[in-house]
Amino acid sequence: MKWRFATVADVHPETGRTTSIALRVPGWGGHLAGQHVDVRLTAEDGYQAQRSYSIASAPDDDGLVLTVEEIDDGEVSPYLVEELQPGDELELRGPIGGYFVWEESKGGPLLLVAGGSGIAPLRAMLRHRLARNGDVPVRLLYSARKLDEVIYRDELTRAAENDGIDVHLTLTRERPDGWQGYARRIDRDLIAEVAWPPAERPLAYVCGPTPFVEAAADALVSLGHDPGRIRTERFGPTGS
Amino acid sequence: MLDGNAIAGTLDDIFGREMTLTMSTCGHCASRGPLAETVVYLRAPGVVVRCRMCQAVLMVVVDRRGTYCVDLRGISALALG
Repeated sequence: MKWRFATVADVHPETGRTTSIALRVPGWGGHLAGQHVDVRLTAEDGYQAQRSYSIASAPDDDGLVLTVEEIDDGEVSPYLVEELQPGDELELRGPIGGYFVWEESKGGPLLLVAGGSGIAPLRAMLRHRLARNGDVPVRLLYSARKLDEVIYRDELTRAAENDGIDVHLTLTRERPDGWQGYARRIDRDLIAEVAWPPAERPLAYVCGPTPFVEAAADALVSLGHDPGRIRTERFGPTGS
Repeated sequence: MLDGNAIAGTLDDIFGREMTLTMSTCGHCASRGPLAETVVYLRAPGVVVRCRMCQAVLMVVVDRRGTYCVDLRGISALALG
Protein backbone atom coordinates (compact mmCIF):
# COMPACT_ATOMS: atom_id res chain seq x y z
CA MET A 1 0.00 0.00 0.00
CA LYS A 2 1.33 3.38 -1.03
CA TRP A 3 2.56 5.95 1.50
CA ARG A 4 1.52 9.50 0.67
CA PHE A 5 1.98 12.94 2.14
CA ALA A 6 -0.93 14.74 3.75
CA THR A 7 -1.00 18.40 4.74
CA VAL A 8 -2.47 19.48 8.06
CA ALA A 9 -5.37 21.84 7.32
CA ASP A 10 -6.57 22.37 10.88
CA VAL A 11 -5.85 21.28 14.42
CA HIS A 12 -8.78 21.32 16.83
CA PRO A 13 -8.43 20.32 20.51
CA GLU A 14 -11.39 18.12 21.53
CA THR A 15 -10.60 17.44 25.19
CA GLY A 16 -7.52 17.90 27.36
CA ARG A 17 -5.89 14.81 25.90
CA THR A 18 -7.38 14.53 22.43
CA THR A 19 -7.04 16.61 19.30
CA SER A 20 -8.72 16.33 15.92
CA ILE A 21 -6.39 16.80 12.97
CA ALA A 22 -7.97 17.72 9.63
CA LEU A 23 -5.85 16.65 6.67
CA ARG A 24 -5.76 17.35 2.98
CA VAL A 25 -4.56 14.27 1.14
CA PRO A 26 -3.82 14.75 -2.58
CA GLY A 27 -5.13 11.80 -4.58
CA TRP A 28 -7.19 10.40 -1.71
CA GLY A 29 -9.81 8.05 -3.15
CA GLY A 30 -12.31 8.17 -0.28
CA HIS A 31 -12.91 5.80 2.60
CA LEU A 32 -15.62 3.84 4.39
CA ALA A 33 -16.86 4.72 7.89
CA GLY A 34 -14.83 2.71 10.41
CA GLN A 35 -11.61 2.42 8.40
CA HIS A 36 -8.24 3.65 9.67
CA VAL A 37 -4.96 4.96 8.32
CA ASP A 38 -1.38 4.15 9.25
CA VAL A 39 0.65 7.25 10.13
CA ARG A 40 4.46 7.22 9.91
CA LEU A 41 6.85 9.70 11.46
CA THR A 42 10.50 9.82 10.40
CA ALA A 43 13.15 11.38 12.64
CA GLU A 44 16.11 13.30 11.25
CA ASP A 45 18.32 10.24 11.78
CA GLY A 46 15.95 8.08 9.73
CA TYR A 47 14.29 6.33 12.68
CA GLN A 48 10.64 5.63 11.88
CA ALA A 49 7.63 5.07 14.13
CA GLN A 50 4.26 3.96 12.79
CA ARG A 51 0.80 3.90 14.38
CA SER A 52 -2.77 3.29 13.25
CA TYR A 53 -5.49 5.92 13.75
CA SER A 54 -9.18 5.59 13.02
CA ILE A 55 -10.69 8.02 10.57
CA ALA A 56 -13.16 10.15 12.54
CA SER A 57 -14.74 11.90 9.55
CA ALA A 58 -17.52 10.45 7.42
CA PRO A 59 -16.99 9.52 3.77
CA ASP A 60 -19.41 12.37 3.04
CA ASP A 61 -17.24 15.00 4.78
CA ASP A 62 -14.64 17.14 3.06
CA GLY A 63 -11.13 16.06 3.92
CA LEU A 64 -9.94 13.52 6.40
CA VAL A 65 -10.07 13.93 10.18
CA LEU A 66 -8.09 11.88 12.69
CA THR A 67 -8.80 12.24 16.41
CA VAL A 68 -5.68 11.37 18.37
CA GLU A 69 -5.44 10.73 22.11
CA GLU A 70 -2.14 11.63 23.71
CA ILE A 71 -0.55 8.67 25.45
CA ASP A 72 1.96 9.48 28.19
CA ASP A 73 5.52 8.65 27.06
CA GLY A 74 4.20 7.67 23.62
CA GLU A 75 6.45 7.99 20.58
CA VAL A 76 3.92 9.34 18.12
CA SER A 77 0.80 10.72 19.82
CA PRO A 78 2.51 13.49 21.89
CA TYR A 79 3.94 14.91 18.67
CA LEU A 80 0.56 14.73 16.90
CA VAL A 81 -1.36 16.27 19.80
CA GLU A 82 1.15 18.85 21.08
CA GLU A 83 3.38 19.84 18.17
CA LEU A 84 1.51 19.50 14.91
CA GLN A 85 0.53 22.79 13.22
CA PRO A 86 -1.54 23.66 10.15
CA GLY A 87 0.69 23.45 7.09
CA ASP A 88 2.80 20.59 8.50
CA GLU A 89 3.07 17.39 6.48
CA LEU A 90 2.36 13.86 7.67
CA GLU A 91 3.07 10.58 5.94
CA LEU A 92 0.14 8.18 5.84
CA ARG A 93 -1.33 5.24 3.97
CA GLY A 94 -4.87 3.99 3.68
CA PRO A 95 -7.76 3.66 3.90
CA ILE A 96 -7.24 0.36 5.71
CA GLY A 97 -9.63 -2.31 6.98
CA GLY A 98 -12.75 -4.05 5.73
CA TYR A 99 -14.14 -5.67 8.85
CA PHE A 100 -14.91 -2.78 11.20
CA VAL A 101 -16.81 -0.87 8.55
CA TRP A 102 -20.39 0.34 8.28
CA GLU A 103 -22.15 1.40 5.09
CA GLU A 104 -25.80 2.23 4.71
CA SER A 105 -26.32 -0.98 2.74
CA LYS A 106 -25.42 -3.03 5.82
CA GLY A 107 -28.58 -1.71 7.47
CA GLY A 108 -29.34 -1.89 11.17
CA PRO A 109 -30.62 -1.16 13.67
CA LEU A 110 -27.16 0.14 14.45
CA LEU A 111 -25.81 -0.23 17.98
CA LEU A 112 -22.57 1.67 18.61
CA VAL A 113 -20.69 1.00 21.85
CA ALA A 114 -17.67 3.22 22.54
CA GLY A 115 -15.11 3.36 25.32
CA GLY A 116 -12.95 6.50 25.55
CA SER A 117 -11.32 7.47 22.26
CA GLY A 118 -12.92 4.36 20.71
CA ILE A 119 -15.66 6.81 19.78
CA ALA A 120 -13.66 8.01 16.72
CA PRO A 121 -14.61 5.35 14.10
CA LEU A 122 -18.15 5.18 15.52
CA ARG A 123 -18.47 8.94 15.09
CA ALA A 124 -17.60 8.41 11.42
CA MET A 125 -20.46 5.88 11.19
CA LEU A 126 -22.89 8.20 12.97
CA ARG A 127 -21.92 11.15 10.73
CA HIS A 128 -22.32 8.94 7.68
CA ARG A 129 -25.79 7.89 8.79
CA LEU A 130 -26.75 11.55 9.38
CA ALA A 131 -25.24 12.78 6.10
CA ARG A 132 -27.24 10.22 4.13
CA ASN A 133 -30.37 11.12 6.07
CA GLY A 134 -31.35 7.46 5.93
CA ASP A 135 -33.77 5.62 8.15
CA VAL A 136 -31.44 3.24 10.01
CA PRO A 137 -32.05 3.75 13.74
CA VAL A 138 -28.87 4.33 15.75
CA ARG A 139 -28.20 3.95 19.45
CA LEU A 140 -24.83 5.06 20.76
CA LEU A 141 -23.67 4.03 24.21
CA TYR A 142 -20.49 5.91 25.06
CA SER A 143 -18.46 5.39 28.22
CA ALA A 144 -15.99 8.00 29.45
CA ARG A 145 -14.37 8.58 32.82
CA LYS A 146 -15.71 12.11 33.23
CA LEU A 147 -17.70 14.68 31.31
CA ASP A 148 -14.74 16.75 30.13
CA GLU A 149 -13.25 13.59 28.58
CA VAL A 150 -16.32 13.09 26.36
CA ILE A 151 -15.06 13.68 22.83
CA TYR A 152 -17.45 15.39 20.32
CA ARG A 153 -19.83 16.19 23.19
CA ASP A 154 -21.70 19.07 21.52
CA GLU A 155 -21.92 17.24 18.22
CA LEU A 156 -23.33 14.12 19.87
CA THR A 157 -25.88 16.18 21.77
CA ARG A 158 -27.02 17.75 18.49
CA ALA A 159 -27.06 14.38 16.71
CA ALA A 160 -29.43 13.03 19.37
CA GLU A 161 -32.01 15.66 18.36
CA ASN A 162 -32.56 13.75 15.11
CA ASP A 163 -35.33 11.19 14.82
CA GLY A 164 -34.01 7.68 15.20
CA ILE A 165 -30.72 8.70 16.84
CA ASP A 166 -30.28 8.04 20.56
CA VAL A 167 -27.12 8.92 22.47
CA HIS A 168 -26.47 7.54 25.96
CA LEU A 169 -23.46 8.63 27.97
CA THR A 170 -22.11 6.87 31.00
CA LEU A 171 -19.48 8.49 33.22
CA THR A 172 -17.52 5.94 35.21
CA ARG A 173 -15.35 8.02 37.50
CA GLU A 174 -16.71 11.51 38.08
CA ARG A 175 -20.10 13.10 37.50
CA PRO A 176 -21.12 16.75 37.54
CA ASP A 177 -23.86 17.77 39.95
CA GLY A 178 -27.28 16.92 38.60
CA TRP A 179 -25.92 14.42 36.03
CA GLN A 180 -28.84 12.76 34.27
CA GLY A 181 -26.94 10.10 32.32
CA TYR A 182 -25.61 6.73 33.42
CA ALA A 183 -22.94 6.56 36.10
CA ARG A 184 -21.45 3.09 35.88
CA ARG A 185 -19.24 0.89 33.76
CA ILE A 186 -20.79 -0.79 30.75
CA ASP A 187 -21.99 -4.23 31.76
CA ARG A 188 -24.71 -6.72 30.87
CA ASP A 189 -27.48 -4.77 32.64
CA LEU A 190 -26.57 -1.45 31.06
CA ILE A 191 -26.37 -2.96 27.59
CA ALA A 192 -29.70 -4.73 28.13
CA GLU A 193 -31.21 -1.37 29.09
CA VAL A 194 -29.87 0.56 26.09
CA ALA A 195 -29.67 -1.99 23.26
CA TRP A 196 -32.50 -3.39 21.19
CA PRO A 197 -33.55 -6.90 22.20
CA PRO A 198 -31.68 -9.69 20.37
CA ALA A 199 -34.85 -10.52 18.41
CA GLU A 200 -34.49 -7.20 16.56
CA ARG A 201 -31.03 -8.32 15.40
CA PRO A 202 -29.11 -5.07 15.86
CA LEU A 203 -25.77 -4.75 14.09
CA ALA A 204 -23.30 -3.89 16.86
CA TYR A 205 -19.93 -2.13 16.57
CA VAL A 206 -17.83 -2.04 19.73
CA CYS A 207 -14.60 0.00 19.91
CA GLY A 208 -12.37 0.91 22.84
CA PRO A 209 -9.57 -0.37 25.03
CA THR A 210 -9.21 -4.16 24.98
CA PRO A 211 -10.80 -4.92 28.41
CA PHE A 212 -13.73 -2.61 27.57
CA VAL A 213 -14.36 -4.34 24.25
CA GLU A 214 -14.13 -7.80 25.82
CA ALA A 215 -16.65 -6.85 28.53
CA ALA A 216 -19.12 -5.24 26.11
CA ALA A 217 -18.90 -8.01 23.49
CA ASP A 218 -19.24 -10.74 26.15
CA ALA A 219 -22.28 -8.94 27.57
CA LEU A 220 -23.92 -8.74 24.13
CA VAL A 221 -23.33 -12.45 23.50
CA SER A 222 -24.58 -13.45 26.95
CA LEU A 223 -27.78 -11.46 26.31
CA GLY A 224 -28.37 -13.59 23.24
CA HIS A 225 -27.11 -11.33 20.46
CA ASP A 226 -25.77 -13.12 17.38
CA PRO A 227 -21.92 -13.06 17.55
CA GLY A 228 -21.95 -12.78 13.75
CA ARG A 229 -23.58 -9.34 14.09
CA ILE A 230 -21.07 -8.01 16.64
CA ARG A 231 -17.97 -6.33 15.22
CA THR A 232 -15.13 -5.34 17.50
CA GLU A 233 -12.02 -3.19 17.32
CA ARG A 234 -9.57 -3.07 20.21
CA PHE A 235 -6.81 -0.60 20.87
CA GLY A 236 -4.20 -0.20 23.56
CA PRO A 237 -2.95 0.06 26.09
CA THR A 238 -0.03 -0.06 23.69
CA GLY A 239 1.98 2.89 24.93
CA SER A 240 1.61 4.54 21.56
CA MET B 1 -2.81 -6.86 23.08
CA LEU B 2 -4.90 -5.75 20.16
CA ASP B 3 -6.84 -7.50 17.42
CA GLY B 4 -6.40 -8.21 13.74
CA ASN B 5 -7.73 -4.78 12.72
CA ALA B 6 -4.42 -3.35 13.92
CA ILE B 7 -2.39 -5.27 11.32
CA ALA B 8 -4.71 -4.67 8.37
CA GLY B 9 -2.03 -2.54 6.69
CA THR B 10 0.72 -5.12 7.27
CA LEU B 11 -1.50 -7.93 5.98
CA ASP B 12 -2.30 -5.83 2.91
CA ASP B 13 1.48 -5.42 2.34
CA ILE B 14 1.99 -9.19 2.53
CA PHE B 15 -1.08 -10.49 0.69
CA GLY B 16 -1.74 -7.50 -1.57
CA ARG B 17 -5.40 -7.24 -0.54
CA GLU B 18 -7.73 -6.46 2.33
CA MET B 19 -7.43 -9.42 4.71
CA THR B 20 -9.33 -8.60 7.91
CA LEU B 21 -12.55 -10.21 6.65
CA THR B 22 -10.69 -13.33 5.50
CA MET B 23 -11.67 -16.42 7.49
CA SER B 24 -8.79 -18.35 9.00
CA THR B 25 -8.87 -21.75 10.66
CA CYS B 26 -6.71 -22.44 13.69
CA GLY B 27 -4.39 -25.41 13.17
CA HIS B 28 -4.61 -26.23 16.87
CA CYS B 29 -8.30 -26.01 17.88
CA ALA B 30 -9.88 -25.80 14.40
CA SER B 31 -11.96 -22.73 15.32
CA ARG B 32 -12.67 -20.45 12.37
CA GLY B 33 -13.11 -16.68 12.26
CA PRO B 34 -12.15 -13.48 10.46
CA LEU B 35 -8.54 -12.37 10.87
CA ALA B 36 -9.89 -9.12 12.41
CA GLU B 37 -10.92 -11.12 15.48
CA THR B 38 -7.54 -12.70 16.18
CA VAL B 39 -5.45 -11.61 19.18
CA VAL B 40 -2.48 -9.49 18.08
CA TYR B 41 0.67 -8.55 19.98
CA LEU B 42 2.60 -5.78 18.24
CA ARG B 43 5.27 -5.41 20.89
CA ALA B 44 6.69 -8.91 20.70
CA PRO B 45 9.82 -9.18 18.54
CA GLY B 46 7.75 -8.92 15.40
CA VAL B 47 3.98 -9.24 15.22
CA VAL B 48 2.46 -12.30 16.91
CA VAL B 49 -1.09 -13.33 15.97
CA ARG B 50 -2.90 -15.78 18.25
CA CYS B 51 -6.19 -17.69 18.13
CA ARG B 52 -8.89 -15.97 20.18
CA MET B 53 -10.31 -19.34 21.29
CA CYS B 54 -7.22 -21.35 22.28
CA GLN B 55 -4.39 -18.76 22.22
CA ALA B 56 -2.25 -20.89 19.89
CA VAL B 57 0.14 -18.92 17.66
CA LEU B 58 -1.39 -18.55 14.19
CA MET B 59 1.10 -16.25 12.53
CA VAL B 60 4.39 -14.46 13.19
CA VAL B 61 5.53 -11.56 11.03
CA VAL B 62 9.00 -10.07 11.30
CA ASP B 63 10.12 -7.10 9.23
CA ARG B 64 13.83 -7.52 8.44
CA ARG B 65 15.15 -4.36 6.84
CA GLY B 66 12.09 -3.98 4.64
CA THR B 67 11.56 -7.68 3.93
CA TYR B 68 8.69 -9.45 5.67
CA CYS B 69 9.40 -12.92 7.07
CA VAL B 70 6.01 -14.59 7.55
CA ASP B 71 5.41 -17.79 9.52
CA LEU B 72 1.90 -19.13 8.90
CA ARG B 73 2.29 -22.61 10.31
CA GLY B 74 -0.42 -22.16 12.97
CA ILE B 75 -3.11 -21.60 10.34
CA SER B 76 -4.58 -24.71 8.75
CA ALA B 77 -6.67 -22.81 6.19
CA LEU B 78 -7.14 -19.27 4.88
CA ALA B 79 -10.31 -18.77 2.85
CA LEU B 80 -9.17 -16.33 0.17
CA GLY B 81 -12.45 -15.80 -1.68
